[in-house]
Amino acid sequence: MTPPARSNHAGPVFEMSDVAVSFGGIHALSDVSLAVAPNHVLGVIGPNGAGKTTLFNVACGFVQPNTGTLHRSGALLTRLQPHQLAGLGISRTLQGLGLFDRMTVLENVMVGADRHAGAGFFSGLLGLPQSSKEEAALRGRATAVLNELHIEQYAARFPASLPYPIRKRVALARALASEPELLLLDEPASGLSSDEMSELGELIRGLVDRMAVMLVEHHMDLVMSVCDHIVVLDFGRVIASGGPNEIRENPAVLAAYLGNEVDDESARLARTGS
Amino acid sequence: MQQLLTTSLAGLTLGMVYAAFALALVLIWRSTRIVNFAQAPMAMITTYIALLIVDAGIPYWIGFVAALLSGLVLGAIIERVFIRPVEGKPEMNAIILTLGLFVVINAVAAIVFGSHYRSFPVPFGLRGFEVGDVTVALTGFDVFSICSVVVVMMLLLALFRYTDVGLKMRASAFNQEVSRMLGVKVTGMLTLGWALAAVVGSLSGLLIAGGDLVYPSYMDSVVVYGFVAAVLGGLDSPVGAVIGGLLLGLGLSVVSGYVGSELVPLAALSILIVVLLVRPSGLFSHATARRV
Repeated sequence: MTPPARSNHAGPVFEMSDVAVSFGGIHALSDVSLAVAPNHVLGVIGPNGAGKTTLFNVACGFVQPNTGTLHRSGALLTRLQPHQLAGLGISRTLQGLGLFDRMTVLENVMVGADRHAGAGFFSGLLGLPQSSKEEAALRGRATAVLNELHIEQYAARFPASLPYPIRKRVALARALASEPELLLLDEPASGLSSDEMSELGELIRGLVDRMAVMLVEHHMDLVMSVCDHIVVLDFGRVIASGGPNEIRENPAVLAAYLGNEVDDESARLARTGS
Repeated sequence: MQQLLTTSLAGLTLGMVYAAFALALVLIWRSTRIVNFAQAPMAMITTYIALLIVDAGIPYWIGFVAALLSGLVLGAIIERVFIRPVEGKPEMNAIILTLGLFVVINAVAAIVFGSHYRSFPVPFGLRGFEVGDVTVALTGFDVFSICSVVVVMMLLLALFRYTDVGLKMRASAFNQEVSRMLGVKVTGMLTLGWALAAVVGSLSGLLIAGGDLVYPSYMDSVVVYGFVAAVLGGLDSPVGAVIGGLLLGLGLSVVSGYVGSELVPLAALSILIVVLLVRPSGLFSHATARRV
C-alpha cells in the first residue's frame, strides 16, 4: 500500500472513489469522487455544512469512509491513518496550525523536514551517535524552506510571538519541508487579508511544478484564481466539477452556493467602491 | 561559619541527587503527563542489580554501568507493558497505576532481595577533603555525585538541543497528534523518554545508596523530595527541576543542620504546600522551559 517515494505513476496522485461517510444516520458525504492530477491544484468548495471538512478528514485519514476507496498514485489505501501520511509523501496543514509553541520556528519546520522520521525506540537509541549529523541535514532543509517562504528572519522566534499570517506561513513551511508529492491545505486563506491572500495564491501556483495540491476553502477569489479544477459540494454530494470558468457558469452551483456568495461579493465590491 | 559551609556543601550534594531524581520525573511528565511514582522502586531495583554485581566480586564501575543500562531497559519495559494501555486515558488511571507499581515492585524486591539492610559500596573515599588543618565536609564521593549528575544533565541537554532524535522527542512531548501527522514515531519516542528518565532515576538511586544502607524502601523518601523539587521548579521545566532540586537540598540541609534532622520530611512537605498555594506552576515553568 505504500507507493515508492517518487512514483512514476502517470494517473492521479490521489483519488477518492464513491466515498460515503455518515455519522449516526446523517449523510455527511455521499458518492463523492474526485482526483488530484499531478502538478495540479484541486479546490473543494461548498457552503457551510456541505461536507468539506469531512472530505478533508477522509483524505488525511482522520475519518474512515463507510464505503468507497482511496488511491495514492494508483495504490489502494485501506484504513488510511494520519500517521501514515508522511510516509505516503502527503503533507497537510491544520486549521488550528498545530505549531509547537515551545520550539522555535526553525525547529518546528525541522520536525516537518524529517520525511523519513521513522526512528522508533531502538533505531532512535542506536542512531544517537550520528543523530547530530542528521539534525544538521534537517536544519539545512528547513532553512531552505524558510527562505523560500521569506520567513527566514523569524527562524529563532517562538511561534506564539508572531502575527497570525506569519504563523500560517510557518505551518505551510513545515508541511512543505518534507517535499511532499501531495499537499493538503485546510482553509489556507482564513484569517488573511486580501493582499496576503493573493500572495498565498502566487505561492501555491509556484508549488505546482513540484507537487499536487488539494485545498478546501470557502474564499471564492482564491479558489477561482489558483485552482485548475474545482469540485463543488452541497449536502455531502458533488454537484459540480470542472475548471474555474465552468464552475462560475454552472447553474446548479449558482443556485446552491455561488448565488449567495456572488451577491455578498458584489455587495462588498460596491461598498469598497473597487 | 564552619557549620554554614558544612551545611551548604551537604545541601549541594544532596540537592544534585534530588535534582537528578526530579529531572527523571519531569522528563516523564513532559512527554506523557504522568507523575511516575514508580521511579523510586525502579531506581531501587537497578541499585540492587549493581549491588549483586559488586557483591559477586566484580568491580564497582561495572555494577554502576550495569545499573544504568538496566534502568534503560526497565524504563522501556515499564512504558511498553504498563503505561501504554493508560496513555490518553484519564489522568487518575496513570496515577493509580504508578502507585500500584510502586507497591508491587517494593514487595517483589523484598521477596527477591530480602528486606534486610545491606551496605552499598563507594568508589571513592568517604573522608572529607583536608584544607590546611580543617576537614571540609566534602568527600570524594560527593564530588563524584555532583560531577556525574552534571555530566548526565549536559548529555541530556545535548540530546534535546542538537540531535534529531531529541527534536522528535520534544515534538512528541509537545503535541502527539501533530507529531504523528508529521511522521514522527511518537510511541517510540515516548518509550525512549521513559527509558532515559529511568537512567537518570537509576543514577540518583546509586548516588543515594553510595556509602549507605540499601533496603527495598530506601528510595521511598527520595520520590517525595524529588517530587517536591520538581513541583518547586515547575513540573514542565527540566532547568526548573535542577534548580528546584538544588534549592530543596540546600533548604533541607539547613533545616537538618540548624533545627533538627527529624523535621526534614515536615519541611519538605511544607515547601510543597507553600509552592502549590503561592505558585502552583512552579518557579521556572514555561519561560525557562522553552529554552531547553
